[in-house]
Amino acid sequence: MRHNKALLVFAPFFLLIILKPWLPGWAKIPPKSCLGGCADIEGMIPFVDWVNAVINFLRKYEFFGAFTFRDITRSISGIIDSLLHFTEGLLHEGFADFNIGAIPWIALVGAAIIYGWYLRGWKLALLGGGCFFYLALFSKRGIWELSMQTLSAIAVSAPIAGLIGILVGILAAKRKSAERIIWPILNVLQSLPHFSYLIIVAIFFGVGSKAGVIATIIFAFPPMARLTLVGLQNIRSEVIEAGMMSGCSRMQMLFKVELPSARNELMLGVNQIIMQCLAMVVIASFIGQSGLGHDLLTRLQRLAIGQALEVGIAVVFIAIALDRFSQAIANKQPTHIPEGPFWKRRPYLTTFIGFVVAILVLSPALPFIAKFPEHLTISTSTFWDSIVDYITLHFYGPLASFRDAFLVYFLIPVRSAITGIPWIAIIALVACLGWKMGGWRLALIVCLFVFFIAASGYWVRAMITLYMVLVSLLICALLGIPLGIWASRRDWTTRVMQNICDTFQTFPSFIYLLPVVMLFQINDVSAIFAIIIYASIPIVRYTIFGLRNVPQEIIEAAVTSGCTQNQVLWKVRLPMAFPEIILGLNQTLMFGLFMVMIAGFIGTVDLSQEIFRALTFNDGGKGLVIGLCVSFIGLTADRLLVAWSDRQKQEYGLA
Amino acid sequence: MSKNIKIACKDIWKLYGSNPQDFFEKHQRNPSDEAIKSEQYIPAVRNANFDVYDGEILVIMGLSGSGKSTLVRCLSRLVEPTWGKVEFDGIDLLQASEKTLIEIRRHKMGMVFQNFALLPHRTVLQNIAFPLEVQGIDKSTREEKAREIIEIVGLQGRDNYYPRELSGGQQQRVGIGRSLAVEPDIWFLDEPFSALDPLIRKEMQNEFIRLQSILGKTIVFITHDFDEAIKLADRIAIMYEGVIVQLGTAEELISNPATQYVAEFTRDIPRAKLLSVQSIMEPISGEVSDQVHVYANDSIEKVARSVLAQESNVSVIDQTDQVIGMLKRERLLETIFENSSEE
Ligand SMILES: Nc1ncnc2c1ncn2[C@@H]1O[C@H](COP(=O)(O)OP(=O)(O)O)[C@@H](O)[C@H]1O
Ligand SMILES: [Mg+2]
Repeated sequence: MRHNKALLVFAPFFLLIILKPWLPGWAKIPPKSCLGGCADIEGMIPFVDWVNAVINFLRKYEFFGAFTFRDITRSISGIIDSLLHFTEGLLHEGFADFNIGAIPWIALVGAAIIYGWYLRGWKLALLGGGCFFYLALFSKRGIWELSMQTLSAIAVSAPIAGLIGILVGILAAKRKSAERIIWPILNVLQSLPHFSYLIIVAIFFGVGSKAGVIATIIFAFPPMARLTLVGLQNIRSEVIEAGMMSGCSRMQMLFKVELPSARNELMLGVNQIIMQCLAMVVIASFIGQSGLGHDLLTRLQRLAIGQALEVGIAVVFIAIALDRFSQAIANKQPTHIPEGPFWKRRPYLTTFIGFVVAILVLSPALPFIAKFPEHLTISTSTFWDSIVDYITLHFYGPLASFRDAFLVYFLIPVRSAITGIPWIAIIALVACLGWKMGGWRLALIVCLFVFFIAASGYWVRAMITLYMVLVSLLICALLGIPLGIWASRRDWTTRVMQNICDTFQTFPSFIYLLPVVMLFQINDVSAIFAIIIYASIPIVRYTIFGLRNVPQEIIEAAVTSGCTQNQVLWKVRLPMAFPEIILGLNQTLMFGLFMVMIAGFIGTVDLSQEIFRALTFNDGGKGLVIGLCVSFIGLTADRLLVAWSDRQKQEYGLA
Repeated sequence: MSKNIKIACKDIWKLYGSNPQDFFEKHQRNPSDEAIKSEQYIPAVRNANFDVYDGEILVIMGLSGSGKSTLVRCLSRLVEPTWGKVEFDGIDLLQASEKTLIEIRRHKMGMVFQNFALLPHRTVLQNIAFPLEVQGIDKSTREEKAREIIEIVGLQGRDNYYPRELSGGQQQRVGIGRSLAVEPDIWFLDEPFSALDPLIRKEMQNEFIRLQSILGKTIVFITHDFDEAIKLADRIAIMYEGVIVQLGTAEELISNPATQYVAEFTRDIPRAKLLSVQSIMEPISGEVSDQVHVYANDSIEKVARSVLAQESNVSVIDQTDQVIGMLKRERLLETIFENSSEE
């Protein structure tokens, strides 16, 4: 009875679909022009033109008649440029003016080993040292230089993004009014696809590595701002009071009490910033960021899969190493230092100093210290190519027929079904769901999101994006939830699966295109498979988390009432984990959206294709508006799903 | 001995809710229970009037949620009272500028917190030196001072440990050390031992008594544990739903509870330990043993054994050895067994 009533929420939606043949044209697909026929605009409301007008205004605007917006952007790129110059000099170019070489490869290997050992022990030491050694050894095709370019871009962008993030977070934490503005902006920024950033940055800063770094900074700071805010808000009031009773001034309070107390969140932020920077630096190759990403891009474009894979593996190595190191730094708790001579108090630092001295002394005599001997380097690309050839030769037939069947019997029908839904039906759906989950406020917000998409003129493409995301979401759920259930049953499978998820999540999304292109070449199916691999991670993770975090007492109560293992799973664990699983689906959808936009690179006809076009033509208005469309798809789903999860949690008394 | 007033509190109110100030004014600065409830305000402190005397230990007691923490935070203005006046050494704290307030906290006040509130990224030494550091005192001076305090609170050899490397009791020693670093005139302790295990708690209470015997500070001490209150207090204030229902010595609270609530609260306390001979002595009548005298100021517990060893009533004498009354054996026994007889 109760369920039947709940389903009534969908009534208006289905009614409108059934009534479709009798609906007027404007109700099916949003009209292309506004009433009275204002000419040559794409949608009901000319958002694109408005944004472009703002951009043009900004480009010409003179502040106080003294300097233009251009001057500002120029000086910013100037600063970034010289910073980049410095880090690139350190890492691979050297400083010719001062006759100083770059840091030798062996120094980086050694530093990574010593630092890894200090942070967590020999495993991390091996990972860090191994990563740099791999880059040096497999650099027949210049992977070392490319990696160093990528790392130097990260070395510039991560600290700046971190600083901006902290400042924004502090501002939001200190001023309630600022928080009210900043929080929604962060939400939108975090759900804008990478390419929207690239387009806007390209317009104001041109192309090249410095533009890439700027885009990376803008892309990477929001999570830091968010975590800073959360960290500052979560400090126990007693600690603040202790600071006040010690007589701290406001500044002393901030720097000596609050920021250090928020250390855990801040360090988590550092980890996220670094990973975001890596992901973006790879994608920023679309606006000319040099480094691994650029190489990956050109090789993919030439369909040189083996070479692309070789570069991709280097990216993966760097990703894992950066992630594990920044996590280890975050988890390193201060420990008291025993009394004694310097080398005893600081053994790792002493080792490091000794190591550096040894390199300085020995390098004139031993040339391989400065440069990894050329003749020893290896390239794996031919190996990968032969694997690709093998797959093509032996599996092309079955893979192709699978692909075609999937396309014809599943994807295309679903696609026409979804794109055929009248837009007012979708408005009705989100309105009803919003009202049911969170009242009229939520309904209004999600309706505005959807209306923006309808009015922007990209409705049809947005529906194609939605179809890709929904199909992937469905498959992710069908694969990921059972996988999560299976993994959560035993301790060791849980651990292994969590490790796999952690590792996979660190890879820049771009990387996921490689294996699917290898299998399916370039089309809709490979895009969907890339999305599925990438977006399954959160649903598996949340399912495990939800199942594992059911309070032990409840399980024990169920077992003592005589439940079998299966009954415990179906009657206790799964229902209790349901709110978490919803959150997992939400994350999966977000990941899916991001991946859809990147998959546009291998040819789909949804919003991502438009955004690539905008990138080519430097059309900032279009880039931003499409980005907002994607963001609003994500935010609509996010709002509804989170509200749903919260309601469930409250019903179970878990919140 | 005239008592100097250290802190004077007048009509302190603290209401939590959407707009307490206006609400308070609207109800002629004396909102009724019904008004507070119906408009959904939380009355954390209601109309508190009391003085803290120089050199005394005032214990504030009450169940959790009765407003103890809020009240003590009003005294240091960590919490802004909705209404009222707090005078500290004659300075009106609620009118004081931020700068004055910081100065007062830097030099005259110390506070210890229930959950220690240590800074996790600082060593014991740095935590204790923290209040000195924010004053801008140079490193060697403040560390020297902090080392002295480490000595006093008994943490020798732990200077360079971080809080998470210490046990709960040790962490609270750091908290106490930090609050003492500036040699405050007044010392606030908000349930300092409640988060500790019973055994450690007892040890820390004794430690506290030892410290106070050296330092002789003015203290406002919060607890929800009556035994702790009796052990430490000169005077006890009992709070109930934001109201101070009674303020007096332990003896006064027990022998003369102001409300049913106080009576309930004090019921399980062994009277013999707290009541003095004076409170149950009677005028001399009939036969009195002349072998044993007891002092009027001694506790009943202390004299019980020697009195009960006598066949008859004993005489009570004052400081100058004048006989001022007598103590009946039956009355003594009644008092000792009063708690159990009620059950
Ligand atoms: N910041 C606050 N906002 C709202 N209510 C509060 C706040 N601080 C305390 N209270 C309420 O005031 C009452 C008294 O709290 P408190 O002074 O902490 O009591 P105690 O220390 O005696 O346990 C409680 O009901 C508590 O919920
Ligand atoms: Mg309290």
